[in-house]
Amino acid sequence: MLRLEKRPSPSRTWQWATPVLAVVLTMIAGGIMFALLGKDPVEAIRTIFWDPLFNPQFASYSRPQLLVKAGPLILIAVGLSLGFRAGIWNIGAEGQYIMGAIFAAGVGLALYPVETRWVFPLMVVAGIFGGWLWAMIPAVLKTRFNTNEILVSLLLVYVAQNILASMSLGLLRNPEGGGFPGSRNLGQIPAMANPELIAGTGMHWGVVAAFVVVIAAYVLLQRHILGYHIKLAGQAPRAARFAGVSPAKLTVLCMGISGALAGMAGMFEVTGPAGQISIDFNTGYGFTAIIVAFLGRLNPIGILLAGLLMALTYIGGELASFMLSLPSAAIQAFQGMLLFFLLAVDLLTNYRIRLKKREIA
Amino acid sequence: MDIGGINPAILIASLMVASVPIMLAAIGELVVEKAGVLNLGVEGMMIIGAICGFVVAVHSGSAVLGFVGGALGGAVLSLVFGLLTQFMLTNQVATGLALTLFGQGLSSMIGQGYNGIKPPATEPLNLGPLADIPVIGTILFRHDWMVYGSILIIAAVWVVLKYTRTGLILRAVGESHDAAHALGYKVVRIRLLAIMFGGAMAGLGGAYVSLVRVPQWTDGITAGAGWIALAIVVFASWRPWRVLIGAYLFGGITVLQLNLQAAGAAIPVEYLSMSPYLITILVLVIMSSGRGKAALNAPAALGQNFHASR
Repeated sequence: MLRLEKRPSPSRTWQWATPVLAVVLTMIAGGIMFALLGKDPVEAIRTIFWDPLFNPQFASYSRPQLLVKAGPLILIAVGLSLGFRAGIWNIGAEGQYIMGAIFAAGVGLALYPVETRWVFPLMVVAGIFGGWLWAMIPAVLKTRFNTNEILVSLLLVYVAQNILASMSLGLLRNPEGGGFPGSRNLGQIPAMANPELIAGTGMHWGVVAAFVVVIAAYVLLQRHILGYHIKLAGQAPRAARFAGVSPAKLTVLCMGISGALAGMAGMFEVTGPAGQISIDFNTGYGFTAIIVAFLGRLNPIGILLAGLLMALTYIGGELASFMLSLPSAAIQAFQGMLLFFLLAVDLLTNYRIRLKKREIA
Repeated sequence: MDIGGINPAILIASLMVASVPIMLAAIGELVVEKAGVLNLGVEGMMIIGAICGFVVAVHSGSAVLGFVGGALGGAVLSLVFGLLTQFMLTNQVATGLALTLFGQGLSSMIGQGYNGIKPPATEPLNLGPLADIPVIGTILFRHDWMVYGSILIIAAVWVVLKYTRTGLILRAVGESHDAAHALGYKVVRIRLLAIMFGGAMAGLGGAYVSLVRVPQWTDGITAGAGWIALAIVVFASWRPWRVLIGAYLFGGITVLQLNLQAAGAAIPVEYLSMSPYLITILVLVIMSSGRGKAALNAPAALGQNFHASR
């Protein structure tokens, strides 16, 4: 009979091996899913994971996309991971991402057609502020009224989506757009654009920010007392309270950071790859970032790698839907499956599986 | 007797229809949470129920079979959650989120090619002379069987939880799994059954969305109803009849804002569409703070995993 035995401390080997194992298991299960859809599983997996990087025909286009897609995912996921570590569940990053984009675009377009180089930094600040503000709603409700932050932050995503629709149809609509929904194209306004910094790499300011944030989060968690408090509050809430860590302060801080980073991601997206505020501006980065955070084991370096991998599934998924007419929703299911496997194999980190029969004492 | 272009009797009647999906999903989740498990995947189970029910109904030509299919779909998906949280001891919050993400992807994958098809209709029950009573007949006696069925389910859950041994065991598992285990109850098995019941109810609610409420298939058809159902459980402070009140309240707001949209109210459509979510948040705040203190009524072992170390 199988029996679980708790390890005295989490296994360090498995801590690094489980994400890899989960990816392999997902590839197998995903292959079965693709086979059920009538596609060649090996070809589908190769199209998703190999072709975007190494196929001579597509790689020149899709390699830069890797950083473009990974940037926002990493930015959001690092923020979320801080909260998740402390047991604070901000799952409304999608809404904070939208609000960041709206605030940034709003400030930029209010200044249009001013052409100074201060416009862009101002928009970054506005984006951060927008995301932070949106995250402060669940945080303050949690600390003041003890409201569940999971539900509030998620419900606010739907509110943000409606605000987005309202903005792209109303306040921020391009006055020269012939009545079509959507704002002016920020990517074509020099003072507001977030262009590719090095041609052919996909590197834009958002990716730079993502790398900086990864390093900052690493230092915070390893070297700073605040990072220690975050970890402590997650692992031993009672001990943290005795040590003088205020749960309310930590909630406001973690929610604020994750909101600000999500808002920042939205800002860089709306000025760069997306280009404008439109009804379908958001593409679910805020939700996928949850998977990225877990796949990276809530560790900044891990999240960096996980973000790149998840970006690969996005690009590979697009390629597979184009080449093999694989439904694009299959990739979303694939990503969800990855999170399942990840959580399941995590068992090996904390428990030993024993095969022997239970002895009678 | 119209107020601002809206007939109140028809408004209340459509409120009862609009509240069915969230009522079913919420009563299912209530049972799950009473057993001490927090399944945040309600939205995912609902949408899987919606597509499974739709597919079964379209191919079999029977709406009743569709509802059965929806419930089965939701239960099967919830079983994934059950296996992960009960046997693999995964974090319930994260697993629930995974369930929602996976369900949304899977549903739109299954749903390809089903856009624009009309499912078999679910006719109102023929209640004879009752339906002809003015006003009251319109409000109460012209609905399909699911509207009455969902109220019966609430009553049944209330009776089982309050008056039967099964309910007592279920609550014991939710309050203290260690004590229940020590008494010899199979904690994991009881929780698995509760999770599957919750999944079936969420699936049933989802099927009602795609078969009656809309009735059509589009991606993301449940539009956050599962999350509102989760909020209603808190609003109801884990009491079955309050789920009914909560569901009617939110059904009422949904119907009212839809009617205001149709009547061409001066408020922009987007602000009306966000109102159910905003009011849900407001109600959560009121219930969680002050003298209400809904959280105090929560099952003590909610969200904690059980591992029999001895």
